[in-house]
Amino acid sequence: MGSFFGVAGAVAWRQIYKYFANPAFLAPAFFPVFFFVAFAGGLTRVGDIPGFDYAGGYIAFQYVWALLQAVAMGGAFTGFSIASDFENGFARRLMLAASNRSGIILGYTIASLVRVTTTGTLVTVLALVVGMPVRGGYDVFGLVGLAVIVNVAATLFGAGVAMLMRTQQAGPVIRTPIFMVLFLAPVFVPLNLLSGWLEAVARLNPFTAILESARGFLAGTPTNSLASFALGIVLILIFALWSLYGLRRAERAG
Amino acid sequence: MSSSLPVQIGALALRSIVRTVRQPAVIVSALLFPMMFFYINAYGLDAAARIPGFPADSYMDFAFAFPLVQAALFGSITAGADLARDIESGFFDRLSLTPMRPVALLAGMLAGVVALGLLQGVVFIAIGLLMGVTISSGLPGMVVLVLLTVLVALGFGGVGAILALRTGSVEAVESAFPLFFVAIFMSSINLPRSLIEADWFRFVATVNPISYLVEGLRSLVITGWDAQALLLGFGCALAIIVIALAGAGASLRTRVAR
Repeated sequence: MGSFFGVAGAVAWRQIYKYFANPAFLAPAFFPVFFFVAFAGGLTRVGDIPGFDYAGGYIAFQYVWALLQAVAMGGAFTGFSIASDFENGFARRLMLAASNRSGIILGYTIASLVRVTTTGTLVTVLALVVGMPVRGGYDVFGLVGLAVIVNVAATLFGAGVAMLMRTQQAGPVIRTPIFMVLFLAPVFVPLNLLSGWLEAVARLNPFTAILESARGFLAGTPTNSLASFALGIVLILIFALWSLYGLRRAERAG
Repeated sequence: MSSSLPVQIGALALRSIVRTVRQPAVIVSALLFPMMFFYINAYGLDAAARIPGFPADSYMDFAFAFPLVQAALFGSITAGADLARDIESGFFDRLSLTPMRPVALLAGMLAGVVALGLLQGVVFIAIGLLMGVTISSGLPGMVVLVLLTVLVALGFGGVGAILALRTGSVEAVESAFPLFFVAIFMSSINLPRSLIEADWFRFVATVNPISYLVEGLRSLVITGWDAQALLLGFGCALAIIVIALAGAGASLRTRVAR
């Protein structure tokens, strides 16, 4: 494991093997699938509210949130895996063996992307089965791109926390902020139909811009695409620095 | 010299309550998370009150049953996990070597659930009123609201006890949380059944007893005194209690026999 990419490849391969050897790797898909079924099934009449102007319909409206939730939770669960690796001693051995330790973060990130490809596909297949229309044509790739960005950002955030705490008790510290960011956004109705404090918070939440842009891609009406991609990349850069800080702290802790 | 069953139950109920009080994280999450979800849902779905045929002027009033039912769920998981911890740590086995009757442990645990449910009901109503929730049935309705919340907590607590006694594992009890969560959301918690468009979802919500618990609680907030909704709500709560306690009793006998 000499090089940066060599380390990344080895870590990624191990993680991917671990995921597919255990059906629990689908766990991050549980809540997104469940929320999708509950909201898209039980709240379809919300699409009839005056002012609800999303062209894709209510099922598609909920699908995008469920997909981004699935990829974000996939990132969080990768953080749990890293914390578990520290608890069982594997991470320490890995840090001793790796000549370029930054590659460890890339390895976990690659594995996380592979994992959410499966869980994201699960959510997508379910949405198509229940009749979600896809009107965006090639714009759908924009949605996929934003999903990748959300996953990478969430993984880097989770990795940073896990490496700082190095215990599975980091779970709530990783999960809760991600859950809050996901829910303090236009989950049930578009931003223009939110009211009160939630509207104010949702406008400040960077996830809102990404969510609205992703919904636009699916409906074939892209909105603020460049801004949302730029925002996503900024988030990745910030959380990359965060995860490197966590890694350095783990190195110093031995 | 053995003490009477009520004394034994009292001692274990006190232990259960003290143990809960000594875990501030449990109390905070039991109070905070249901209110947080309620707050987000109430504002996130505020516009749903504009759907023609919606039964309330404000979605916040409509959604107020949510934290009460969710709180009961949290309480049952906490109590079930505590009971499972007693089994895992060997406390249950040591107890069976004493003159104390095992049923006292179950009753003590359920007393803890009732106490937590009572606290949650009172606190949520106070916070709800401060947030602007209007309870149409007035002060007597608030008392009935707390009573029904406590019964719901007791019923769910019985289910938590079954899980704890059957598995004897904290992890198994905790992992049942998503299933309870699914049961709550697959009911009329977010919209009245008459406004659920998808036939399959309306069917699931209709056969789900949690819908009737929710509708009983909700009727006190948005309608006033609705005899049918209250009868169904209390009827379902009592039926769940009877079935859950019977199941917990049977599980307890099996556990003691081991």
